[in-house]
Amino acid sequence: MDWGAIFSNAAVELISPTTAAYALAALGLAVHFGYTGLLNFGQAGFMALGAYGYAISILTFGFPVWGAFLVGVGASVLFALILGIPTLRLRADYLAIVTIAAAEIVRLLFTTNTFASVTGSANGLSGYKNEFAALNPLADGTYGFGPFTNNAYDTWLRIVAWSIVILAALLVWQIMRSPWGRVIKGIREDEDAVRALGKNVYAYKMQSLIFGGVLGTIAGMIFALPRAVVPSNYQTTLTFFIYAILLLGGAATVLGPIIGSMIFWVLLSFFSGFVARAVEAGWLPFMSSIQAGQLRFILVGVAIMLIVIFRPQGIFGNKKELAFVR
Amino acid sequence: MSANTVPTGTGPAGPVSTGVVPTAKPIKTTGLHIGDAEPGCEKIDPILVVDNVRRTFGGLTAVDVDHVEVPRGAITALIGPNGAGKTTLFNLLTGFDKPDSGRWTFDGRSLAGVPAYKVARMGQIRTFQLTKALGLLTVMDNMLLGATGQTGENMFRALMPFLWRNQEEENRAKALDLLTRFKLDTKKDDYAASLSGGQRKLLEMARALMSDPTLVMLDEPMAGVNPALTQSLLDHILNLKSQGMTVLFVEHDMHMVRHIADWVIVMAEGKVVAEGDPHEVMKNPAVIDAYLGQHHDEDIGEDLSAETENVSAIKELLNDER
Repeated sequence: MDWGAIFSNAAVELISPTTAAYALAALGLAVHFGYTGLLNFGQAGFMALGAYGYAISILTFGFPVWGAFLVGVGASVLFALILGIPTLRLRADYLAIVTIAAAEIVRLLFTTNTFASVTGSANGLSGYKNEFAALNPLADGTYGFGPFTNNAYDTWLRIVAWSIVILAALLVWQIMRSPWGRVIKGIREDEDAVRALGKNVYAYKMQSLIFGGVLGTIAGMIFALPRAVVPSNYQTTLTFFIYAILLLGGAATVLGPIIGSMIFWVLLSFFSGFVARAVEAGWLPFMSSIQAGQLRFILVGVAIMLIVIFRPQGIFGNKKELAFVR
Repeated sequence: MSANTVPTGTGPAGPVSTGVVPTAKPIKTTGLHIGDAEPGCEKIDPILVVDNVRRTFGGLTAVDVDHVEVPRGAITALIGPNGAGKTTLFNLLTGFDKPDSGRWTFDGRSLAGVPAYKVARMGQIRTFQLTKALGLLTVMDNMLLGATGQTGENMFRALMPFLWRNQEEENRAKALDLLTRFKLDTKKDDYAASLSGGQRKLLEMARALMSDPTLVMLDEPMAGVNPALTQSLLDHILNLKSQGMTVLFVEHDMHMVRHIADWVIVMAEGKVVAEGDPHEVMKNPAVIDAYLGQHHDEDIGEDLSAETENVSAIKELLNDER
């Protein structure tokens, strides 16, 4: 068994752009669920809008990177408004139902053949990376050390992705310790009480939905840059993985989603490498290599269950300030 | 509706077991009305005027108030048996519920169709029957949430602390001052969830005062509060009046009503059935009917122990008056 390769492959995930994308999406969900108490089950929809908004703007309309970025963000603001206007006046569970359905609608719209010339239908889109790569100030060559050695494009992508994550984390940290964040946390506790104190609860919930959704959208763009945009990536399971990351790290925390994402991806990669090699080595004779590919999700699930059972507030959560166990 | 605060003295002539023992006799405001003290009578200086407000839930008419005025600068009690529509009227007046029809004005401005948060910003602040302390916020954060016109509550300005830091400090000082008055200052960094039921009532009242309201509406401020805290809550309510605020409160505790209220509005089955000075209104036949039923003095062979708490409470009061 090549433990070195297993650990080194797992370590790669620690700073991979995918980890950064999940961290950012989970941070958006922390704003929604952890701080405001909004049950958004459509984070995958926000991510899809980011990925497609970016890719379509560049491929179909030939926008520059910043233009494509703004299109994605604009689409997500619009999406949040459409979701929020009818549902934010209702009880929290309605938002959950509407968001999960809306995210599926978004994915199916991108999948349908009707718009195949623009969206690429089920095959998705690719070939939108040159514009981003052209901004790379790094000279060709390899950068980094050990498992973190990458070529110039991948290094540039990692720098940008994690810079955005750090910026977003600082933004969330600052805004949640401001009076705005105090109102938001008050809404999580009891929105009628906050309303009785003269705050426009509806507007605050809308702002929170947009803010967290935009973070999810930017995460979708980061997620799309190392791979192609394929609609099947944006299924409901994506939202649930992000929820798993959020609960793992701590719902109403800033560091939680980031560290949670790192742990999630390192564990996933570790189990995947370990199980595949264990099957090769004949340790698991009852299992084919295809079955082994699914086993990693079971093991990650068990690991997350253990954390949630024995540390329900998440890794960074304050045991008292916990939205989902009372 | 909780009736557990209704005093249930040991007997008609017995001592009052859970009633309020006044420390000092509050100064009553008198001469509030024009003409006879009858339902819907005019006030010298009304702060809240309600006209034809009606709210039905299916076939049930919860509130059907033709006309009522709440006098400014006084403590007005809204009483009535369970299900009389007091809390529903509260919700309607504060924008938490919408009436089927009707108009009402606060300080001369119409409030019909105005959302709850705007009502609060106009200076009409309410508390809730079931206390709504924001459990996972600290006591201090609860208080700061009550302050109005905060620059840092705008999403974009929130990111620039230098814009709101001074205001925050002022609010903090004010909050600490209020917390000290309500004897909660030692708890300021604890989660509100760790407070006792009575302390939460105090916190809710203190939080409402952060916005310097002109009309404070308290929905059963004494429900679930132990007798030791009751006195301190009463003093706080009397203080509100001495600071120039108007108080409208719903209460079941008749002793408290008589002790501090300057004016009493009695509701039954959604209508205002009587108004008047707290001592006079208790003798009003309409009030006795509302609480005891119309045939309370006829012996219909019922077991006396079947009397409701309301009945014993009002009988006790009537005896006290003699």
